[in-house]
Amino acid sequence: MADALSEISLTRRTVLQVSGGAAALAVLPEVVGSAYAQAPTEGARDAVEVSFTVNGTATDLRVDPRLSVLDMLRERLSLTGTKKGCNQGACGACTVLIDGKRVNACLALAVMYDGATITTIEGVADGETLHPLQAAFIEHDAFQCGYCTSGQIMSGLGCIREGHASSAEEISYWMSGNICRCGAYPGIVAAVAQAAKEDRT
Amino acid sequence: MRPFEFQRATSESEAIAAAAAGARYLAGGTTLVDLMREEVETPEKVVDINRLPLNYIRATDEAIVIGALARMSEVAANQDVRRLQPLIPETLTEGASPQLRNVASIGGNLLQRVRCPYFRMLDAACNKRVPGSGCSAIGGLNAGHAILGTSEHCAATHPSDLAVSLVALDATLLLKGPRGERAIPVTDLFRLPEATPHLEHTLEPGELIAEIRIPNGPYARKARYLKVRDRSSYEFALVSAAAALHIEDGLVKEARIAAGGVGTRPWRMNAVEAALLGKPASRISYEAAAAVSTEGTRPLSGNGYKVKLLPATIVRALEMAGEVA
Repeated sequence: MADALSEISLTRRTVLQVSGGAAALAVLPEVVGSAYAQAPTEGARDAVEVSFTVNGTATDLRVDPRLSVLDMLRERLSLTGTKKGCNQGACGACTVLIDGKRVNACLALAVMYDGATITTIEGVADGETLHPLQAAFIEHDAFQCGYCTSGQIMSGLGCIREGHASSAEEISYWMSGNICRCGAYPGIVAAVAQAAKEDRT
Repeated sequence: MRPFEFQRATSESEAIAAAAAGARYLAGGTTLVDLMREEVETPEKVVDINRLPLNYIRATDEAIVIGALARMSEVAANQDVRRLQPLIPETLTEGASPQLRNVASIGGNLLQRVRCPYFRMLDAACNKRVPGSGCSAIGGLNAGHAILGTSEHCAATHPSDLAVSLVALDATLLLKGPRGERAIPVTDLFRLPEATPHLEHTLEPGELIAEIRIPNGPYARKARYLKVRDRSSYEFALVSAAAALHIEDGLVKEARIAAGGVGTRPWRMNAVEAALLGKPASRISYEAAAAVSTEGTRPLSGNGYKVKLLPATIVRALEMAGEVA
C-alpha cells in the first residue's frame, strides 16, 4: 500500500484526507482523481512551455494552462512552504512575491507569468540566518498554528517594501489581505513594525 | 476547472480577433480565474492580453488617461493621479486587498462579476448564471443586494468601487473592436438587469477596453470616497459614495455624486447634484439634497437599512469633500 501511495505521488493534503481511517481507503480512487483535477500535470492537453526563476533557481516546465502558481510551487517544485487556504484569493495564505510584488499565488495561472521571478518563503532566509522579519515573527509570537505564517511573512515583506509600515494602524490596513484564524494579529503587526524599523536604520 | 485553450496575444489585432471568435480576455485574472475554478465561467478559449502595450498612465492639463492594463496599485501610487484626481487613489485603495490590487487591472475592475452568493452557488437558481432559472436572492438572503435598478429577475449590486468614482467624474472609455474604435461614457458600459441579467455590459463581441480617460474638472481635487462596510478594510461596500464639489464663495457651483452598494450598476445621483447647485456648502444643504437620493428605491426583505444608510453616506461624503483644502 505504501508503495502504491508513493507511486501516485500523493500530496500531503490528500494523505490527510485519506488517513482518516479504514473507510477512507474505499474512496481512494476518487480522492486521487480530484487531486489530479486540482493539480494538472505534465502531458496534459494543450500544455504550454514556461520558465521561471524561483528563489534564484532557473526552472523550465511544461504546464497545463489551468495550473496555478500555487499548485506549480507545491506539486511540481515541492516548495510546500506556500500554503493553500481558501484557493480563491480571500485569505492570503498563498502570498508570494512575483517580480517583487506580493500576489495571491492561487489566482495566478502559471502561463500568465512566463519569465517571472518568484520568491517564496523558502527563499527568504540567508542560508541558516533568518530574515529579520522571520526573526521578528518568532520574537513577537506572531502565530499559533502557523498555517498563515508564510503568507503573512511574504505579505509583510511586500508591505514594508511598498512603504506602508509606518504605524500599527497602517500595517493593519495594508496587511488586511492576510487572514489569521488564530487571531495573532497584534504579534503580526508588531513583527512587521519592528522589521520595517530595522529596514530603515 | 474545465480545460481551455490558452493563447498569449502579442498584438491588439490578434487579441481582438481571438475574442471576436469567442475567447475570453484574461488580464489580472483575479475574477476570471476564481470563477473558472468554481466553474461559474467555462470558456473554451482564453486570450492573455498582459503583453499588450496598454499599461500606461498619462497626465495632461485636460485629463488623466489610464491604459486598461495598469494595475490598481500602480494607478493608486501614481503621483500625477494623486495630484490631479485624488478621488481615484482613495477609491482604489479602499477596494480589494494589497495582493489583489497588485494584480487586478483597471479594465478588468470594471468588468468584474457580481458578488451575489447565489451567482457562485452552482446548485442555486440564478438568472445571471443560467438565464430563466430564477433568482434565489429576491426571496432569500439579500442584505447585501441592490435597492435601485433591480428587476424581478436580479437584484445583485455592481461590486466595483472604481466604477462608482469614474461614473461620478464623467470618465470615458476608449474601446477597440473588430469594427474599429469608439469612445463611450463609463456610465454607458453597464446595463440594468431588466429581463436579461446575464447581459451585464454594452461591449460588442470582441471589444476590448483599451483606456480610461478622466477629465480634470474643477471639482476633481475636492473629492472623496466613503465606503461603509462590515469590516474596516478588504470588504465590499454596503453603501459607498463618491462626492466631488466645486465650491466658490461658500456656494456649491458644481457637484458630482455617485453611489455604490445600492444599485445594480454604479448609480449617478443627478437629482442630488441638482438639489445642491447654488446652495451653501454646509451640512444643512447636504442633508436636504441627500434626502432626494432615496427616490425610487425598492428595498427587499433584508436590505431596507440601505434606504437610511444611503443618504447618511452621501451627507458624510459631501462633508469630507467640502473639507478638502
